[in-house]
Amino acid sequence: MAELQDLTPDDQPLLVAEHLGKNYGRLTACRDVSFALYPGEVLAIVGESGSGKSTLLQLLSAQLAPSAGRVSYRMRDGVLRDLAALGEAERRFLFRTDWGYVHQDPAQGLRMAVSAGANVGERLMAVDWNHYGRIRDTASSWLERVEIDTARIDDAPRTYSGGMRQRLQIARNLVTEPRLVFMDEPTGGLDVSVQARLLDLMRNLVSELGLAAIVVTHDLAVARLLSHRVMVMKGGRVIETGLTDQVLDDPREPYTQLLVSSILPA
Amino acid sequence: MTAMIDITDAEKTFTMHLQGGVELPVVRGVSFHVEPGECVVLSGPSGAGKSSILKMIFGNYRCDGGRIGIRHQGAVIDLATAEPRQVLSVRRSTIGYVSQFLRAVPRVATIDVVAEPLIANGTARAEARDKAGALLRRLNIPERLWALPPSTFSGGEQQRVNIARGFISDLPILLLDEPTASLDAANRAVVVELIGQKKRQGVAMVAIVHDDEIRHLIADRIVDVTSFAAAA
Repeated sequence: MAELQDLTPDDQPLLVAEHLGKNYGRLTACRDVSFALYPGEVLAIVGESGSGKSTLLQLLSAQLAPSAGRVSYRMRDGVLRDLAALGEAERRFLFRTDWGYVHQDPAQGLRMAVSAGANVGERLMAVDWNHYGRIRDTASSWLERVEIDTARIDDAPRTYSGGMRQRLQIARNLVTEPRLVFMDEPTGGLDVSVQARLLDLMRNLVSELGLAAIVVTHDLAVARLLSHRVMVMKGGRVIETGLTDQVLDDPREPYTQLLVSSILPA
Repeated sequence: MTAMIDITDAEKTFTMHLQGGVELPVVRGVSFHVEPGECVVLSGPSGAGKSSILKMIFGNYRCDGGRIGIRHQGAVIDLATAEPRQVLSVRRSTIGYVSQFLRAVPRVATIDVVAEPLIANGTARAEARDKAGALLRRLNIPERLWALPPSTFSGGEQQRVNIARGFISDLPILLLDEPTASLDAANRAVVVELIGQKKRQGVAMVAIVHDDEIRHLIADRIVDVTSFAAAA
């Protein structure tokens, strides 16, 4: 009887974290985190404020240097590279093209005073698109994809509602067809009805584009709807990890049981 | 081995940390197998662990011991020890699960809720929607409702949407948790027919049904879950 060891041997991880840690002086923000993320996989990092989940996201996306361990990423040539050892050109390629980063506050991820079209087009110009008409057409089709009326293409996001801003930020990130998107509380400051629409949109885009994503959230409903796998953090450590529905329906650790049981029924 | 599902000595205990670490043994020594084209019905009173066993076979509940062998893509994989990615692969191409309640996704139209598992497996959207429509029609969901999200439907309608979603794929294993619970006689008969069709296609099924008449109609074998009782 053959045992199945590996389902798809060609399938290799996109991002690998090994014994990742971060200290601020004597304070440990994040300790000994290891995992592998595969192409098309959505990982949620959950935990309450101060659990270290935002620090972890910054370490994973090379915005913060780790005190211990390392993060490696498979570049488009198929080679797994230590992020700390990348040259400036390679880092720029990741930040501008192959990665997306969706901030909780859209004002951090958008340029609020320039038009929506320019916000989306800017990422294309950074990868040497120079035909104005093509950039505008692409920007316009992305606005449609995120359900923004294309008549608003010349308006600045300053004039947009919170939900529209967040959808614009998503369009700006996805226009370069990244392989990995980091999201920090993407539904954070939004009304519940706006959240549902955004979640549904993100869920469809992620599956249509085969994106890998790492989503930091304190909202277990967001984790359930978007992610395949979840890591629960507490005090800077990953205390429980597994398939999302398994961790949420059959939580093992006391803290995870507390989180799951603290959800108010709708 | 030809069995699609081969379970040996599986066990499950819940530890309730918020209740002072109380241990709740659910089942122990769960052993049975299911052949292709066979429908095994789990029987036993409420709380005997029937749903827990189904959830363990689906990888939704973790298994604390023993082995849950599943025939997947020509080999056998032990779901009790599988990696999350492997469990997802098993769910995509081997095991379907019709839960008791539809977990509604906000804003998604009924027809797309039903078509989604096919689309996820690479079927073209138009073809998947045609198939979804045919199943919805068969389950007596009027066409004017197809474009609406099912969250506003009645309990029985939601369950039929759930059944359509569960039956649409051609997966070799299907787990059914009370698929007929809130249905009227006509729709119960449709579900019995659908189950018969799956059997003829060689699908291995494990079902929980409380209705004696339905159980009699679909069961090839009955496994009494009380024999797996874990209580001391």
